[in-house]
Amino acid sequence: MKTFDYIRPASIAEAVAAATEPGAAYLAGGTNLLDLMKGGITRPNRLVDVSRLPGLDRIERLPDGGVRIGALVRNADLAHDPDFARFYPAIAEALLSGASAQLRNAATVGGNLLQRTRCGYFYDVASACNKREPGAGCDARDGENRLHAVLGWSEACIATHPSDFCVPLVALDAVVEIEGGAGRREVAVEALHCLPGDTPARESALEPGDLIVALRLPGDARAFSTHQRYLKVRERTSYAFAIVSAAAALRIEQGTIREARLALGGVAAKPWRARAAEDSLQGARPGPDAYRRAAEAALTGAKPSGDNQFKIELAQRILVRALTLAAAGTPERVAALPASPFSALSGALIDA
Amino acid sequence: MNLSISLTVNGARRDVELEDPRVTLLDLLRERLQLTGTKKGCDRGQCGACTVLVDGRRINSCLALAISHDGADVLTIEGVARGDQLHPLQAAFIAHDGFQCGFCTPGQIMSALGLIREGQAGDDPERVREGMSGNLCRCGAYSGITDAVLEVQKSLVEANQRRSA
Repeated sequence: MKTFDYIRPASIAEAVAAATEPGAAYLAGGTNLLDLMKGGITRPNRLVDVSRLPGLDRIERLPDGGVRIGALVRNADLAHDPDFARFYPAIAEALLSGASAQLRNAATVGGNLLQRTRCGYFYDVASACNKREPGAGCDARDGENRLHAVLGWSEACIATHPSDFCVPLVALDAVVEIEGGAGRREVAVEALHCLPGDTPARESALEPGDLIVALRLPGDARAFSTHQRYLKVRERTSYAFAIVSAAAALRIEQGTIREARLALGGVAAKPWRARAAEDSLQGARPGPDAYRRAAEAALTGAKPSGDNQFKIELAQRILVRALTLAAAGTPERVAALPASPFSALSGALIDA
Repeated sequence: MNLSISLTVNGARRDVELEDPRVTLLDLLRERLQLTGTKKGCDRGQCGACTVLVDGRRINSCLALAISHDGADVLTIEGVARGDQLHPLQAAFIAHDGFQCGFCTPGQIMSALGLIREGQAGDDPERVREGMSGNLCRCGAYSGITDAVLEVQKSLVEANQRRSA
């Protein structure tokens, strides 16, 4: 690990000023950043430790019925907050399906939003990676790429965004509050992450020094709380990133879907909101035919970036499963294996 | 830059002068405080061998900068027994063959301690396995580990019932 200056600012304004310098990085939980620094993938000159900034570790109810979550709230604390888990159960389930208990105790809400891709070529400093070193090329294009993107990718980069948390967040119209040199502004989580295009090194809408201070969920998202799920296929039962994941939230009245919210994870460089699929479900009767049509709409335009054709069909099946589970109703408690399509019984499907 | 920090480690205050901000909590425990019970496995947050409790919560000490944890209360495997009396989890790991080589065991026990304190798993083996998935055991002692955690969880519940009866 390259050495760095360590700064612990006392206020948000001090933090933003200190982090606006080139080569500076914010440190909160450190669970992704320290790993990247140990591998030489990220080499900051200065760490601005925001982990003790006052006032950013609260979960507050808003007048519209929504919730405001401080950027330093730990993943585990948010997932186990009873009110939050009741009103936004798919988000709690997504949080609990990510990483390990140790990591969820350390990782923060703000950091999770900004975690980096787990593309093996991004992590291997001996490989060419346009994200790590603009113009270097992309060794993933002709490499081991069965887990890479099938939507929104470019010749320059086929990496995926690894967050589980972000998938139901974009489905439910979450917004981040950002403090920067020019004051405070808001950005929808859906607009926070960038597709690679020709500039895969630019991953988010943040400018140098910008600090995510809070995440907000609107009160109207609570209308979906009784019919929502997050489902995630992994290469092992627990403690693994998604091959493909899906968040499905439904508002069902008198046997008809009034409104649907859908998003996919593991398929693109950003959490993928599937608006055309949502529209196709509006006014439909819940059932396999409507779900399959929605799933096909969600994957319109998908194409393999390598040995990952299977992810296109897998994503559709996971969306159908997620919709089926959402329509059946949010369970009383998050499943023992959060977001898993499998149960401990070999070959058995959970909740299906 | 002032890089001196104070920690409470296993109940005792420890003042440490850091020569470098890169020192992780894991390296500080092992190299500066000679508390080598906490193990360095992957050093990248993937194996759980370095698990300790910080302010009562289990974390991977390899992914924690020591300087960022100035003032923290740290519990390591060296702090769980009472003199020669093993912690119930230590005794249960022995009784249930919860290890073979033993390298992952301190992390497993600290993680189990965190799991029980979190109170989410209860007596459900599936939830215990899921809650312990951040601790790898390459000897494959998972079955014994799960049994040991479940036994301690059960005895704690019974002890609490006796106290409240």
